[in-house]
Amino acid sequence: MARKLPAKDVVIIGLGWTGSILAYELAKSGLNVVAIERGPWRDTATDFPPAYAQDELRYAVRLDLFLRPDQQTMTFRNNASQTAMPIRSFSGFLPGNGVGGAGVHWNGQTWRFLPTDFNIRSHLEERYGKDALPADMTIQDWPVSYDELEPYYDRFEKLCGTSGKAGNLRGQKQPGGNPFEGWRSSEYPTPPLKQGLGATLFAEAARKTGHSPFPQPASNLSEAYVNPLGVKLGQCTYCGFCERFGCGNYAKSSPQTCVLPALMRFPNFSARTESEVTKINLDSTGRRATGVTYVDTSGEEWEQPADIVLMCAFSFFNVQLMLLSGIGKPYDPQTGQGVVGRNYAYQTTSSVSLILKDKILNPFIATGSHGMIIDDYNGDNFDHTGLGFFGGGYMGFGQTGARPIQTRPVPKGTPKWGAEWKKATAETYQRGLSLATHASSYSYKDCYLDLDPTYKDRFGRPLLRMTFDFHDNELKMSAFLTERLAEIAKAMDPVEMTASPRKGPYDSTIYQTTHNTGGTVMGADPSTSVLNRYCQSWDVHNIFVPGGASVFPQNHGYNPTDTVGALAYWTADAIRNRYLKNPGPLV
Amino acid sequence: MNRNTSSQPSRRFLLASATAFFFVGTGLARARTLGGSLPWEPGTATPPTPVRPGPWLFFTADEAAIVEAAVDRLIPPDNRGPGGKDAGCAVYIDRQLAGPYGRSEGLYTRPPFMAGAATQGYQMPDAPAARYRMGLRALADHIKSNFAGKSFRDLAPEDQDKVLKGLESGSIALKDVKSADFFTLLLGNTQEGFFADPIYGGNRDMAGWKLIGFPGARYDYRDWVERHNEAYPLPPVSIMGRSDWTVRE
Repeated sequence: MARKLPAKDVVIIGLGWTGSILAYELAKSGLNVVAIERGPWRDTATDFPPAYAQDELRYAVRLDLFLRPDQQTMTFRNNASQTAMPIRSFSGFLPGNGVGGAGVHWNGQTWRFLPTDFNIRSHLEERYGKDALPADMTIQDWPVSYDELEPYYDRFEKLCGTSGKAGNLRGQKQPGGNPFEGWRSSEYPTPPLKQGLGATLFAEAARKTGHSPFPQPASNLSEAYVNPLGVKLGQCTYCGFCERFGCGNYAKSSPQTCVLPALMRFPNFSARTESEVTKINLDSTGRRATGVTYVDTSGEEWEQPADIVLMCAFSFFNVQLMLLSGIGKPYDPQTGQGVVGRNYAYQTTSSVSLILKDKILNPFIATGSHGMIIDDYNGDNFDHTGLGFFGGGYMGFGQTGARPIQTRPVPKGTPKWGAEWKKATAETYQRGLSLATHASSYSYKDCYLDLDPTYKDRFGRPLLRMTFDFHDNELKMSAFLTERLAEIAKAMDPVEMTASPRKGPYDSTIYQTTHNTGGTVMGADPSTSVLNRYCQSWDVHNIFVPGGASVFPQNHGYNPTDTVGALAYWTADAIRNRYLKNPGPLV
Repeated sequence: MNRNTSSQPSRRFLLASATAFFFVGTGLARARTLGGSLPWEPGTATPPTPVRPGPWLFFTADEAAIVEAAVDRLIPPDNRGPGGKDAGCAVYIDRQLAGPYGRSEGLYTRPPFMAGAATQGYQMPDAPAARYRMGLRALADHIKSNFAGKSFRDLAPEDQDKVLKGLESGSIALKDVKSADFFTLLLGNTQEGFFADPIYGGNRDMAGWKLIGFPGARYDYRDWVERHNEAYPLPPVSIMGRSDWTVRE
């Protein structure tokens, strides 16, 4: 029997990016806020100091900062004819854990979606015809427009201190920036990072072939910066230990470096760590949440009553908790009815690897997000007539590190071990690089999340089950993008080049990205969405999912974090300015 | 190394502050309520524990002999530097198997165990330590019956390579062990040991890093980002520093 705690105004499930932003905004408004986090407290000085943060084995291979599958995992299958198997050790994507969530271990790549991404279905139908999209493709317009979200993108980038160069300031094209991006109300808070040799060579080749390269927007800061919360971030030192690592320099934007020092000062905020929410509780009508139940590390169960419940977990676990709590109608892929678990999507990546002649690339001098990029083939930035697919992505070169357990380029045909392997490894390390495409993943009727019938978590609750595979649209797109990238790569004069477009089936053992989206999508129509345009549950008005990637109706050709942060601020404003005055459905 | 799964009570639990707080659960619970300011206490960091030289912690002497011989064929010594054995790869694997990795600590190990598709990942109940124990025993038996009672260590290097290639391709069938899977595990761990920080027992004297020119656990390249095509001049450094930083008696 759960022991009941004194009621709070707001309970937040998960203290990552969205949880910490909402906590700060609502605590500032005077509400009593508690955040419940299943992982440990984490801070820079204690958990990733520069004395030992640069440990590839511990953090990148043994995944010390990530969610442990024995605490929570999920099952996976490519299609409904297979039996889903548990992901016993994470490798294809890596959910975070602990205070800071995925904001601790990300690379810092900070992208806005395109204006046309927000009305993608109506845009494509208008340009290419009503019948152009495949029948089983379930993409839909977002319930917010780019123009509405722009001020919130701006706020999140100012929170992070993102480094970059604007390409479009209030409609005026800016030299050196991304000519395809949506309008920006202001320049990036800090100037672009410095570029290494590999990115410089890519940019030259891209220009030579008629493209428009620009520096990748980065939340690894080019210079020290004080954000609007008064928190000071440091300058990136290009150490090459970003993704999968915490930053010891206070230079990578994260809840730790951007929000928590200010948030923790509020006397009306507290955080409970190593405590896992097992259920959202509803009243007898099922239309109002009364709070949450959670279990601490001693196994003791607690009930935390609250007036507002904010679901701020990593995307999968928002979906799982909604299904387990009986909120919203579960999606049925047979009938297409129901919404919770619908429109799971991912990201479609590919690579072109090169070996250059007589170069010293110093690939270990790196950050998670410097690099030179082109956006000519993203979204609908290019004419899709006759191509046989929709969608696209950015492409380019970013040196995120060359940590040697996981990064050791060798020429084609090199044996995997022995004398020849050793020689090739030694001779290629300084000359090998891998260009990448990072592209959209549209949603489909048969790609979804539901509860697994067999496998259970440590509390005996069903694991979430993922059913996902790449569709022809995405594979054709990847082939096209990878060909374009290979054309640019040729202009870099490599001695050897290998183009690897994405091929099916989707393989959960090969790391691609941790950009898992959908399942609790936001929309204008309750029959095709879980949340309304304010990320508020259609069914239970005091539950919000404030911007985690589970709200994306499909995934576009960019990394999700900037949009996640923008939607967090968008939701916080809706709660503060509208919901608190008149609690009830906002739409 | 892994605070998440430690059964020790946390020393960095509560922070007294101006705010009201309470301690959730019993005295042993690690769940904490934090508020008022950033929680921080000295002496609570979890640096890695350096591997100490000494006897094998997991391998038997016979197992260690096979592994030392095998890692020296997977990464042979040559004029570029030491091989897997002198670089400590077998010591690295031994210490890893004796620790949380060897037990699959933190992984999802609940039944039922069923064969899945390749895209679904490893689905067997055996943890790495058990896989080495079974794999090395099966390999020893195979060598004994195919090479006149010899052990792997006694084979000529060319024969050792032939055996390793047979495991890699799966053409050598081992009893109750998928030879190609076992080879993949052994090769992966050997290369991990060769390129991981020396604090874990392999990459001795930073041999792996010197081979490719990786400067190791350095943390500031600001002056070097734009010095294109210039070789970085400083030698590698490990989390423990460098041997030439240590005062010798």
